[in-house]
Amino acid sequence: MSMNQTMTAELFFQQVPYILPEITLAAGALIIVLIGAFMGDRGSRLVTWLCVAVMLAAGAMAVLHMPPEQVVVFSGSYAADGFSAYAKLIIALTASSALLLSVDFLADKKLDKPEFPVLAMLATLGMFIMVSAHDLIALYVGVEMQSLALYVLAAYARDDAKSSEAGLKYFVLGALSSGLLLYGCSLVYGFTGSVKFDVISAHVAASRDIGVIFGLVFILCGLAFKMSAAPFHMWTPDVYEGSPTVSTAFFASAPKVAAAVLFARVCFEAFGPAQKDWLGIVVIMALLSMVIGALFALQQTNIKRLLAYSSIANMGYALVAIACGPEFGPKALLVFVSIYAVTSVGLFGVVLSLRTADGERVETIAGLSGLSRSNPLLAAALTMLLFSVMGIPPLAGFFGKWEIILATSSVGLLPLAIALILASVVSAFYYLRIIKTVWFDEPVATMVPVGTATALTLTGATFVLAALTLLIGLVGSAATIAGAGFS
Amino acid sequence: MSAEPHAASGLAETLAHVVVLAPLLGALICGLFNRFIGEKVAMFVATALLFVAAACAATIFIGHWNHSLHLPAKPIRLATWIDVGAFKSTWSIRLDAISAVMMIVVTGVSSLVHLYSWGYMAEDPHKPRFFAYLSLFTFAMLSLVTAADFMQLFFGWEGVGLASYLLIGFWYHKRSANDAQIKAFVVNRVGDFGFALGIMAVFFVFGSIEFKQVFDQIPQKADMMLAWGVFHLPAIEIIAFLLFIGAMGKSAQFFLHTWLPDAMEGPTPVSALIHAATMVTAGVVLVCLCSPIYEAAPATAGFITVIGAVTALFAATVGIAQNDIKRVIAYSTCSQLGFMFFAAGIGAYQAAMFHLFTHAFFKALLFLGAGSVIHGMHHEQDMRKMGDVARHMKITFVIMLIGTLAITGVGIPHTPFGFAGFFSKDAILETTFAAGMTGNTAAQLAFWMALIAATLTSFYSWRLAFMTFHGTPKWKADADHGHDHDHGAGHETSDSAHAHAQPAVAHVGEVAHDAAGSHDDHAHHAWHGPHESPLVMLIPLIILAFGAVFAGSIFYDAFVGHYAKEFWGNAIYTAPDNNVLKDKYSVPTWVFYAPLVVMLIGLAAALYFYLFNEGLGKKIADRKGLAHAFLENKWYFDELYEAVFVKGARALGDLFWKIGDGKLIDGLGPNGIAAALNFGSKKAVKIQSGYVYHYAFLMLIAAVALGAFILYRGA
Repeated sequence: MSMNQTMTAELFFQQVPYILPEITLAAGALIIVLIGAFMGDRGSRLVTWLCVAVMLAAGAMAVLHMPPEQVVVFSGSYAADGFSAYAKLIIALTASSALLLSVDFLADKKLDKPEFPVLAMLATLGMFIMVSAHDLIALYVGVEMQSLALYVLAAYARDDAKSSEAGLKYFVLGALSSGLLLYGCSLVYGFTGSVKFDVISAHVAASRDIGVIFGLVFILCGLAFKMSAAPFHMWTPDVYEGSPTVSTAFFASAPKVAAAVLFARVCFEAFGPAQKDWLGIVVIMALLSMVIGALFALQQTNIKRLLAYSSIANMGYALVAIACGPEFGPKALLVFVSIYAVTSVGLFGVVLSLRTADGERVETIAGLSGLSRSNPLLAAALTMLLFSVMGIPPLAGFFGKWEIILATSSVGLLPLAIALILASVVSAFYYLRIIKTVWFDEPVATMVPVGTATALTLTGATFVLAALTLLIGLVGSAATIAGAGFS
Repeated sequence: MSAEPHAASGLAETLAHVVVLAPLLGALICGLFNRFIGEKVAMFVATALLFVAAACAATIFIGHWNHSLHLPAKPIRLATWIDVGAFKSTWSIRLDAISAVMMIVVTGVSSLVHLYSWGYMAEDPHKPRFFAYLSLFTFAMLSLVTAADFMQLFFGWEGVGLASYLLIGFWYHKRSANDAQIKAFVVNRVGDFGFALGIMAVFFVFGSIEFKQVFDQIPQKADMMLAWGVFHLPAIEIIAFLLFIGAMGKSAQFFLHTWLPDAMEGPTPVSALIHAATMVTAGVVLVCLCSPIYEAAPATAGFITVIGAVTALFAATVGIAQNDIKRVIAYSTCSQLGFMFFAAGIGAYQAAMFHLFTHAFFKALLFLGAGSVIHGMHHEQDMRKMGDVARHMKITFVIMLIGTLAITGVGIPHTPFGFAGFFSKDAILETTFAAGMTGNTAAQLAFWMALIAATLTSFYSWRLAFMTFHGTPKWKADADHGHDHDHGAGHETSDSAHAHAQPAVAHVGEVAHDAAGSHDDHAHHAWHGPHESPLVMLIPLIILAFGAVFAGSIFYDAFVGHYAKEFWGNAIYTAPDNNVLKDKYSVPTWVFYAPLVVMLIGLAAALYFYLFNEGLGKKIADRKGLAHAFLENKWYFDELYEAVFVKGARALGDLFWKIGDGKLIDGLGPNGIAAALNFGSKKAVKIQSGYVYHYAFLMLIAAVALGAFILYRGA
């Protein structure tokens, strides 16, 4: 018995390096909460910097401790592989960028408390768990850890009715989706007798159990909600619009990566042999997301709502990558979502950098008119980001879509590729309309960059992000290595 | 014995390089660097280089004429231009009798026009641009006449077209000049399309576009037929016809002549150089150059004869009813080009080239003389407002008189006494009659039409002289001159930047003001009547006058006389059965005297109408008779083309644009889809109600639907 215990303990310590990023995040969060408690509100800026540092460190660790082959630890509940390491790095980068962007905005709104960065970091921890989850329990823990933190972030400006409404909506609907997810998990467990992905996979391969397939449908519905894929997208525009813009910037980037990667892992690993069952669902969701994302955005006047539909459409494209299956899908998915997440943070960076002369924050598209005259550098950055998200070569966004289309042609899903292209054409209209407003419309108000010292940070961050969109070669080769784990 | 001609041939090559490249250099220096070296220096460089080129060209021409210079048999190759499979084209300088004649004509007239422009354009603010265009034109024309293959010929062809376009619209602030330049360009497009098709046909049939290789193969291809739809036509005829379409456009022949009178909107030196002496004769050069083709294409040659004769007569009839001094000369040019073409059509290529040669002198003389009058009359071009100018511009008067004597063909048959036009025109009429004797119906027709045309030529030329230089002065020496223009139909603007003073073009605005700033003052102080032009304008006139007097008698023997075969060498090919040049000596005696007689008839008529009974012509015009209106409106060609082609093209364009593109393609395509998407999305966004229970309901419905879908798929 004692020998058995020793062995278990030994095994535990052998496996610790694979969850070092998560441990770092968790321990960091606890320590930083203490620092915040001692220093109070005046420590919020320091806390933000610390959180950013810890998150970047965790991301780096994930990559440094990446095993050459997939390693499943803790009795098959947790996977460490290139796929998750790559996703964790992107999550850490985009989440910390979003945090950096928040500093000045929160100070401006007198919301600069230590809770914000700490909550964001805990959500990040949830995402790390999501992308490495290898059984249904880890999956659920990760999803809920992320979601609970995000609910609070949505309602963070609690004196603001819209923010509270957003938080409440997000929470209620999120709870419903968690219910769907849990129901699916219990069905799968009931019919397969296990929560572990490899066992489920073996069971599905052996026999097509309608109960398991039903469970799969519910799990995918729950995850689609987190991804904001149609028809589970309804919360997205309302929450994006109502939440403080810094929270929206956070929602629109890292969590999308985590949800998409988790969605892919469930499909490829747990239900790999049931591809023809989930393929139909994924295709339906992809088509609906692309159509709704493109069509609904046409009528939007609020930038945040517009970006919400933009992210729905982009998640539709990500689903197309997932539909391409375990051989060609992972690389396309990683390239696409990482570029999308980076671009998304960049877009919000521009929005966060702007304030009219009388202190109003810009939230409408019309409010951007004349930006090219008052702030040509920001206007240029915004234009480049929009062209990228449209998919105009040689910007990164083009290669994201290119990878997906390449993957669809490899597996013979050309109709999906055509739908993707058509949706891109329609959505190009609303991106172009922003560019037109920025460069050609008469200015309605003079735009002043936020703050003096932090304006530099913001513009710098935006530019770094905008420039990142050009580093596609690096992204592509990294994703090739990372995505190779499935094939 | 063999060494000397060889050395001379080397000299000819060197000179030829200078002739072709000096104008290009002048154009580049004057056009690109006039800001650095100054306006005057730039103009001087361009003019000086042209005179150098002219001197070299003269050396080549005279050397060839008196056998002191041997022209190289093979073209001088400068560089490869195109080398794609069998399609090869080389930048080259072809030296033969045709190119020697054309080089002296082009550089000679061009250099004199350059010099003349120093005076004529003195008040223009854009002189360097003008000189650069002139030099550019000269280069393009030289590369045309020295081409050794059809591609370089086409390059020169388009190059002169471009220069012509630029120079017609030189006063770009004038609406009428812009219209005229576009008209010239578009009408030439029609001809050039035919020409390009001709070149393609040449390559298709012969597998080469080099003159030598093409012409050498003609005997083998004489019976080759080309299928065109249901027709099977002789290949040579098709090629000949297509090439002639190009010549028709460039040389303003009947149907494609409408641009030439309008081209008079350009400055007068341009009219003299491009639209009288050189560019418009390019079509004649083409036909003569391709004489091996036309000798093998009798049907097309007949067509050329008819078109040439019709043009000669048609333009002459129109010329008698025009009142704008430049337009009269423009129609005269058109008519004389017709003479050249029907001469080429009947096989007398030498006579055509001879007339081209003499015509260059006397027509440039007439134009520049008219320019001198216009200059002296303060840019008045309406002959009805002139009269009695001879008293004030004696030198110009004498020179114009020489020009008129030359164009009307005054001379004594069988003697060396006569003006240039006498020898060349008589040569054409005699050869035509000789061709008619051999049974060529087209030639018989052409002869009689040409005789009538010659009568009319005499009439309108003397009419011009009398209306301008004699009679009572219709101008008043006061400050108002130039403001109360009452222009006749069809020529609402006068010749120069001065045009801004007229109400019709008063809207041209700042540019015009700027352009004519100095002239404006000039026109406003008291005007004391016509004044003689400066020496810089008179010298070119005097030089040309010598040509107009002596060019015919001196070169008659070489061009069309007993030494013609020797002079032209291989440049012009005549079939063994083509003896028109010799037969012209054996025509009846009355044919020799006929041109002189018809000249006298025309002169007598002009004397009666415009000198002895001054005002009679005006009375006829004022009656507005049907015949007069028909002639004054140029047989209503412009109106016809406007109604058929311009309106037709516009209607067709409107149809494609408004219905085809606007309603069908845009309506069903981009705009229609966009409208549908917009409509759809407006309806769709209503689903996004903002109520949580709506959202939750949709999520549950979706989950159920997806489950049902899976069940359905699985079953």
